[in-house]
Amino acid sequence: MQIEKKEFKPTIVAFCCNWCSYAGADLAGTNRLNYPADVKIIRVPCSCRVNPMFILRAFQRGADGVILCGCHPGDCHYTTGNYYARRRMTLLFSMLDFLGIERGRTRVEWVSAAEGAKFAQTMNEFVETIISLGENKRLEDLRCKK
Amino acid sequence: MQEMMKKRALQLLQDGTVERVLAWKTGEFSYDITPAVFESAEEIEKDFVYDAFCAANLSKYLVALSKKEGKTLAFLKPCDSYSFQQLMKEHRVDRDNVYIIGIACDGKADADKIKDSGIKGIKNIADNGDKLVVETIYSESTELDKKDFLAERCLNCKSRKVVIYDEMIGENGEVLDSNRFDMVEKIEAMTSEERFEFWQNELSRCIRCNACRNVCPACTCEKCVFDNDASGIANKAAANSFEENMFHIIRAFHVAGRCTDCGECSRVCPQHIPLHLLNRKFIKDMNEFYGEYQAGEDLETRPPLVNFTMDDVEPSIVNEKGGKE
Repeated sequence: MQIEKKEFKPTIVAFCCNWCSYAGADLAGTNRLNYPADVKIIRVPCSCRVNPMFILRAFQRGADGVILCGCHPGDCHYTTGNYYARRRMTLLFSMLDFLGIERGRTRVEWVSAAEGAKFAQTMNEFVETIISLGENKRLEDLRCKK
Repeated sequence: MQEMMKKRALQLLQDGTVERVLAWKTGEFSYDITPAVFESAEEIEKDFVYDAFCAANLSKYLVALSKKEGKTLAFLKPCDSYSFQQLMKEHRVDRDNVYIIGIACDGKADADKIKDSGIKGIKNIADNGDKLVVETIYSESTELDKKDFLAERCLNCKSRKVVIYDEMIGENGEVLDSNRFDMVEKIEAMTSEERFEFWQNELSRCIRCNACRNVCPACTCEKCVFDNDASGIANKAAANSFEENMFHIIRAFHVAGRCTDCGECSRVCPQHIPLHLLNRKFIKDMNEFYGEYQAGEDLETRPPLVNFTMDDVEPSIVNEKGGKE
């Protein structure tokens, strides 16, 4: 009998702001750039909309990595949203690291609407990091496992 | 001290300056002291107490009391005064309705530490200045040095200065050079795996009693995110660690930038989880990334999380400045 070796397919949640990164992802698509299908994009009005709880919830519901994409600092559609998001996420990531959660599992990247290539490249890199980290064990919730 | 406070409270109550007095009274045991509101001279004569075990932070009660008719007299220790000023900054208390008497503090004693030192059958503990006199059911009395039994948070006290008051009893102290981040640094020096182990060890004891949230003078939302049945933190199912992590990260995050580091969360935790370490981690990070900031110190400066600069550090700083991998 042969034991079937299953390849690890990560689940990645990407929060993308409506004005820049979501359009950036769109551009990556229209340019036919490849990035893994493991990335599930959630569109948010602004990177600042992302509550720290969203990130934890994503991990709870089975994400192996969470990435937040927003407009470059200074280019926010709402002028200052991403500045606040930047402070919040810095503190949250630092806290997750303090609690012993692998720091590679979370990331923030600024992607503009014109940077389709950067979007695809970022996602490729991030998925690679998550694959090397393996399954999310430290922030999983067994009740939410399929 | 107690007599001076009592006298002043009676004076202010009798001449009509204040309607009620917020202070402490003895609970079931002499070392088990609870906050109390006194409305008459008789009550004060009977129950009013102030000693080394009056640890509770009174400022949170003023959110409700300052909305009542008439002034409230509150005795605030240095820690409490920081919390009070922070609440003022957030427009949660009405300063005009509170008469504050600042009281000097040289650290509070921890009855659990006395019990843990092996003294059994404690009947009574009297505060005698530098000494604590413990009466047990077995012997007459034992004298202990107060400084050996100080509460954990008082060992690295950040400030003995009452920052806001109408009058002082005792001499006002100074902001101290504390080494309160030592333990945080020690945890940061662990490897990621050790840190995870450490926190699982601590947080898995959480029984989700919400005492840390209820006592916190910064947690004053009338509707709390954790009161939501769907928040998924109230089960305490023996499933795994997610609930605890989630609850404690969010609890600490919601007070980040507003936490004055009074240490009440750790004091009330029935499971002795060092919760203030999470708050201190946030304080340390904010000091490091966004400049020194002490919540409650003044009324003007903007808290770091409702502020920004164009050249703040990027979240990827965690890769360089975070704990060991």
